[in-house]
Amino acid sequence: MSTTLQPARPTMKKPVDYYRIYVWELPVRLYHGINAVAMILLCVTGYLIGEPHRVFYAAEAYQLYWFGIVRFIHFVSAFIWTFNFAFRIYWGFVGNRYASWRNYFPITKQQRHDIWNVLTTDVLQFRVKNDEIDIGHNSLAAFTYFITFLFFLAQVVTGFALYSSMSTSALPSMFNWIVPIMGGEAVVRFWHHLFMWFFVVFMIVHIYLAFYHDYIEGRGTISSIVGGWKFHREDDDNK
Amino acid sequence: MGLTIWQSMQQKGYSRRDFIQFCTAAATVAGLEHSAVGQVVNAFEKKEKPAVIWMHFQECTCCSESFIRASHPVVLDVLLDVLSLNYTETLMAASGAQAEKSLQDTIKNNKGKYIVLVEGAVPTKDDGVYCMIGGKTAESILQEVSKDAAAIIAWGSCASNGCIQAAKPNPTGATPIHKLVDKPVINVPGCPPIADVMMAVVTHILALGQMPQLDNQGRPKEFYGRRVHDTCYRRAYYDAGLFVEAWDDENARKGYCLYKMGCRGPVTYNACSVVKWNEGTSYPIQSGHGCIGCSEEGFWDNGPFYRHLPKFPGFGIESTADTIGTLVGIATVAGVAAHAVVTNVRKKSVIADVHTEDMKES
Ligand code: HEM
Ligand code: SF4
Repeated sequence: MSTTLQPARPTMKKPVDYYRIYVWELPVRLYHGINAVAMILLCVTGYLIGEPHRVFYAAEAYQLYWFGIVRFIHFVSAFIWTFNFAFRIYWGFVGNRYASWRNYFPITKQQRHDIWNVLTTDVLQFRVKNDEIDIGHNSLAAFTYFITFLFFLAQVVTGFALYSSMSTSALPSMFNWIVPIMGGEAVVRFWHHLFMWFFVVFMIVHIYLAFYHDYIEGRGTISSIVGGWKFHREDDDNK
Repeated sequence: MGLTIWQSMQQKGYSRRDFIQFCTAAATVAGLEHSAVGQVVNAFEKKEKPAVIWMHFQECTCCSESFIRASHPVVLDVLLDVLSLNYTETLMAASGAQAEKSLQDTIKNNKGKYIVLVEGAVPTKDDGVYCMIGGKTAESILQEVSKDAAAIIAWGSCASNGCIQAAKPNPTGATPIHKLVDKPVINVPGCPPIADVMMAVVTHILALGQMPQLDNQGRPKEFYGRRVHDTCYRRAYYDAGLFVEAWDDENARKGYCLYKMGCRGPVTYNACSVVKWNEGTSYPIQSGHGCIGCSEEGFWDNGPFYRHLPKFPGFGIESTADTIGTLVGIATVAGVAAHAVVTNVRKKSVIADVHTEDMKES
């Protein structure tokens, strides 16, 4: 499997071996893509629901269904997003080691060490070189995804609680008890709206960091989420 | 005691025709189908006049004010006549010791049969000193009257969810009725509730002798099953995305949807847009003002009323979730940009390394 790169100019340092590793299986990549599209749609339409903008002019209401369409897109994306998320949880139990649910909790000493490592070299940059690069998620990222999953859950719960007032079908109705607990629908809406900003901030940081790792480590981080392959340097500490 | 509704109407000079009319109206108000009128007639011929106690605690009496403006005067007259309204601070002739005696007698003589209507919340802080009647705290009075009651109705938002007394910081510890008594309570929220809804709930209990169907917050489903928004006549403008942007703009004149002006119709369960107010004349949105959500728990704390979202706690009145969110978003972008710059400076050697490998390959 390993390809040895022949030095083009023998005067330079010794050649480096790279392993090709299949990290992200197809279901994981599909999950990621669907999640990304649905989440962007949800944020955009959600924002518009909270802060509607007039885009069309009409003489009368019957000529338009603009806001209805925005809400429709929100609800359709919401269902897709929720089931996609549920699927990912399932895959955390049957997928490969990089998809396993275990990654997302800093249970082992190694993971906690790794979080510290990423914090100091990549985020705060006290140290310059990280010689223990993870193959799958790095432990800090994985833990952040766990926090993100909690927000997923919060958003699904508040979202379906709001949706239960417009629907009599089984799934949303399972959430209508949330409303009185949270102190009424106005409050549920407030939190549902506020959580949107978590996802916006998450997307900014997540996309930046993906590019950052791709750039600094040169191991195909970005392409891995499309094709599934990452490259691992042989002389690096293999985990 | 012991007179049936029909007997007492006869005594007052009502004809059989009046009585049947009343029964029909009562059935209609209670939301029964026409074929159920016979049942109501039957019930009112046999049933004793129910004794009613109407308690007033921390409230402004707007519920009573609303009640006496019901749109079916026949029903109202007769109901007020029919009910033995044995105790109500606002309307009864008796006062002082006499009034207290009347209350005690009603409880004693109608054990398990009388109906308690409660208007107002009950303060629980500092041993309940903030609302006392005849030297007793509201809470102890409530416990006393509710113990042997056949049914308890909580009138208005105060009794159902605390309303303005319970708004932050709730200095008196105002508490809704259903949290204080261990019997089922019918909540009829609203500030005030719609007169015809109040009438219908009372009539339902009288005519059928049972509670109306309640939702998970103890509200009659019939009237609180849908949001104001679901039956609002401006809903077409909402779906079209045509909104009023300012109180005096062209859109307001055209009657567009008031969502952006803070209308709480989408989060408020009430029958305003169907039953309407003042004999079906109008309701707030029809009069050009957004719904303020007066029948929802904590509506005072979810202000400002003229904004779609409540203010963000702790940041003053001007900040919404969106202003905070935008600021955090900008700060994140700035942080990320700074990180990118620092990376290129601090990690020159690492980057150079990756690049030399790159050269080896070519
Ligand atoms: C990334 C995930 C999501 C984001 C960022 C998001 C964002 C938002 C925002 C900002 C609003 C406007 C709230 C307001 O100001 O009134 C909203 C409304 C709403 N969302 Fe979501 N949402 C998400 C997921 C969901 C999910 C999973 C559901 C489940 C069905 C859902 C259902 C709703 C409903 C029912 C409304 C109220 C819409 C209306 O009344 O027209 N959302 N969402
Ligand atoms: S005016 Fe209020 S209740 Fe009516 S459609 Fe608009 S948001 Fe809904």
